[in-house]
Amino acid sequence: MYTVSDLRKGLKIVLDNDPYMVVAFEFSKPGKGQALYRTKLKNMITGFTMDRTYRPGDTFEEAGIEEREVQYLYKEGDHYTFMDNQTYEQMVIAEASLGDAKNFLIENMSVKVLLFRDKPIGIDLPNFVNLRVVKTDTWVKADTSGADFKPATVETGYVVRVPPFVEEGELITIDTRSGEYSTRVKG
Amino acid sequence: MAKKGVFARRKRALELRARTVQETRRFFGAHGYLEVETPHRIPSPAPESHIDALPSGPWYLQTSPELCMKRLLAAGYEKIFQICRCWREGERGSLHIPEFTLLEWYRSGSDYRGLMEDCEALICSLAQALNLGSTLAFRGRGIDLEGPWERMTVRAAFQSCGGMSAEEALARDLFDEIMVEAIEPGLGRGKPTFLCDYPSERAALARLKKEDLSLAERFELYIGGLEVANGFTELTDPGEQRDRFERENATRRALGKPAYPMPEKFLDELSEMPASAGIALGFDRLVMVFADAQTIDEVVAFAPEDL
Repeated sequence: MYTVSDLRKGLKIVLDNDPYMVVAFEFSKPGKGQALYRTKLKNMITGFTMDRTYRPGDTFEEAGIEEREVQYLYKEGDHYTFMDNQTYEQMVIAEASLGDAKNFLIENMSVKVLLFRDKPIGIDLPNFVNLRVVKTDTWVKADTSGADFKPATVETGYVVRVPPFVEEGELITIDTRSGEYSTRVKG
Repeated sequence: MAKKGVFARRKRALELRARTVQETRRFFGAHGYLEVETPHRIPSPAPESHIDALPSGPWYLQTSPELCMKRLLAAGYEKIFQICRCWREGERGSLHIPEFTLLEWYRSGSDYRGLMEDCEALICSLAQALNLGSTLAFRGRGIDLEGPWERMTVRAAFQSCGGMSAEEALARDLFDEIMVEAIEPGLGRGKPTFLCDYPSERAALARLKKEDLSLAERFELYIGGLEVANGFTELTDPGEQRDRFERENATRRALGKPAYPMPEKFLDELSEMPASAGIALGFDRLVMVFADAQTIDEVVAFAPEDL
């Protein structure tokens, strides 16, 4: 059980049977008034955020999130199927729960699935993934418009801004936390 | 090594803070105030519902020097000020630190209106001495210091931004939430603002308004949405003061918090205290305004987490 003094960014709590993450937190105390603990909470299943204000004495149930190593198998409609590396058990996650992670998933990739009360609610990607560029314009040297980046489409359909020297068919590394190009994979 | 970076970053703000202390002393000295130092460790803090004192042996660390300073007023001191450390348990956030600095000043023969004029004179004088000009850059705005500053009643603030009257907010126990979420952010944006005339329930030590006993002669000063000071006309009736402390202690017990011992010596001497006014100004917050700091940590040498 958490109390208001445990509240901080990143804390995971249960509200109305859903897991929530504290994404913003501020302690307030208007002159001579009572302490108020203002939070922005993100529903870890739907991704929706909401504001909630708590008072001294309020308590919270800890949202226990279990992690399991899985392999991404395939997508059907808007559902993504994964397989547990230990038990070979398959599990299905709806696209909405994956959020931006879907932009970086390719078949057979190893990721961590997050479970709340045995229900898969999302995945945790490696910080960096390598994806192949399937479409990007050839850079024209004479172009001196000053643009340092150009758009490139990778094999998942995600469009990322890359430096001008990146060509179609090349493998690039993307930082999954920011969604930005990181480096070109040689060879 | 990371710590060295934190301390190095604070150096400019700490220099500004030191100059603010010097100029504050100069200001009060020039206006005939006596600087006093009262004990940090006291047997009984003023009982207030939502202010928690840190125990120190059988006594407490002061949450404010208020009671000792008023005893000096009762003894005939007319104009006194103090810059001191205070402690309030559990208060930690980007604008709160459990060990903080208050500037308090008291003067007999004045009321809360006089304190508002003092605030204008002090802060304008400090800004000038620190070469900050007559418009302060704070939180992405220009705050015009030229007087008179805005005065708004709590009642008017609830009517215009609160979505309900102050009385209804109190009855529904939403007063603090509305204050923090709907009212405070808009206060003191163009010019500093005095939010005045708090409901009597929100003033443990202030005199009530003669013409409306549901209101207290109390104000808070806001600059750029930040609460900087709390001042009021002092209550000088010992019987009423004792009743209010007992009510505050009853609220504390109902909230599951310890009640504080009655400050008997203060209550005994209160009948001797002339009509007076006193104010507590959050000194760290004032430096935040001058330094255009986002958090209180930027204007103190050490936050508790740095220790």
